[in-house]
Amino acid sequence: MNAARTSQEWRDRVLRIALPILVLALVLLIWEVIVRINRIPPYVLPGPGLILATLVDDWELLSQSLVVTLATTVEGFLLAAFGGVGLALLFNQSRLLEYSLYPYAVILQVTPIVAIAPLLLIYLPQPLAVLACAWIVAFFPVLANTTLGLHSVDRNLSDLFTLYGASRRQVLWHLKLPSALPYILGGLQIAGGLSLIGAVVAEIAAGSAGAGSGLAYRIAESGYRLNIPRMFAALLLLSVAGIAIFYALSFVNHLALRRWHESALSREA
Amino acid sequence: MPPATKPQAAPSLLALRGVSKSFPNGTLALSNLNFDVRAGEFLCLLGPSGCGKSTALRIIAGLSPPSQGSVEWPAHGMATDQTNRIGFVFQEPTLMPWASVFDNAALPLVLKGTAGETTAKRVNAALDRVGLEKFAQVFPRELSGGMRMRVSIARALVTEPQLLLMDEPFAALDEITRFKLNNDLLQVWQATGTTVVFVTHSVFESVYLSSRILVMSPRPGRVAAELAIDAPYPRDQNFRTSAEYAAYSRRASTALAQAMADDKPAGDRA
Repeated sequence: MNAARTSQEWRDRVLRIALPILVLALVLLIWEVIVRINRIPPYVLPGPGLILATLVDDWELLSQSLVVTLATTVEGFLLAAFGGVGLALLFNQSRLLEYSLYPYAVILQVTPIVAIAPLLLIYLPQPLAVLACAWIVAFFPVLANTTLGLHSVDRNLSDLFTLYGASRRQVLWHLKLPSALPYILGGLQIAGGLSLIGAVVAEIAAGSAGAGSGLAYRIAESGYRLNIPRMFAALLLLSVAGIAIFYALSFVNHLALRRWHESALSREA
Repeated sequence: MPPATKPQAAPSLLALRGVSKSFPNGTLALSNLNFDVRAGEFLCLLGPSGCGKSTALRIIAGLSPPSQGSVEWPAHGMATDQTNRIGFVFQEPTLMPWASVFDNAALPLVLKGTAGETTAKRVNAALDRVGLEKFAQVFPRELSGGMRMRVSIARALVTEPQLLLMDEPFAALDEITRFKLNNDLLQVWQATGTTVVFVTHSVFESVYLSSRILVMSPRPGRVAAELAIDAPYPRDQNFRTSAEYAAYSRRASTALAQAMADDKPAGDRA
């Protein structure tokens, strides 16, 4: 019974990995076949084989750009993480501060970043402007989620802390932060993806102004030069970077919550 | 504090004097509540839901101020710092899911900043009392409902409180678990000599546990009747099936029915 269940689970796991790969292989095959049969020129639609070859040939250039974009993304993400959590903590401690500043955080969030980027590029040096864009889009989900988490403390537990005369710092450290942790991690997971988006948007905006060397700039530049295979290769790298960020943050999430939170526990436990 | 052999003769640990509580929405939850809690007794507040018994418990704990009247601690004057004297057990186990059983039970000591080694000793002693000494490193998620409630009781006991306040702690448990915890609670009470105020809406639970029952009636909450349960401790399965127990239960049921009969206009709202 038990063995049957684990073998069932194992089969399930294999299928979950194997099926998407099969779909990918099939799509790539059809793509390649269509390109070859119709003799579509590479400046219209390159086949997967050519894209892969371009990726290898241009690896030196593209990998340098990848490093630039990833560095901006990570910096933006870290700033967003510390800024978002820190601001939420400040708001939680001082209601006046929350009332004064929260609306502006919302305004910053709802104004499309594509529209802000050109302005930032005028007033800030280019790398700083790109970083600012990554930070602006990434920090709000951290702020909003942490704020929500800090407010979702169990009422009875809160009473218990009052009963035992806990100080504000003890309430924050032993009750509010642990209660908010799943929310904070959820916010960070969103922020990771958004930070990459923010960096890319700013690079595209900067790229049209003729500066920069990130992956998004390579895409824009290759577009002007009709180097379509390189555009695809750069896009592929961006996707892979996004996926890597997502899974890295999922893993951190899992490590932090696996012992106690519902989201990290299997149903059989 | 030595275990009180005759709770009736014991001095009062605390006294509610003319306590009323009204909520901002205008509801009068408690009206002119007057009763003593005597040192060492096991006092049950018995009443239908909505009779303010939980509110009374929160006022005693200092978690909610009375609108009128006061809670007096004769032995301690009017001191408001009761943090060392009170343990509270909620209807739900109210554990920190991110902390182990040990850390949960240690919480009151950690918050008071008590030093390391004595803390461990006291936490282990408290866990021992509720039979959880082997589960110190387990997380609440891995425990059954009854065991989680045991952790909650251990946490309340860890400060060796003079007064243990319990707000329908076993209401959500199945009957078998509830009976077991009833017995264990009585053992803990007798071994520690603490005073217990226990809120319940179960006639049978209140008769089984308590040395004295205050029957409360709703809207507004007030004490409708007082009932001494003079059956000797320790009580066990024999008591649960005895004629004496049945007689007490009948009297408590009658008192409860009378208390609720006064509340005709809104009786169906409970």
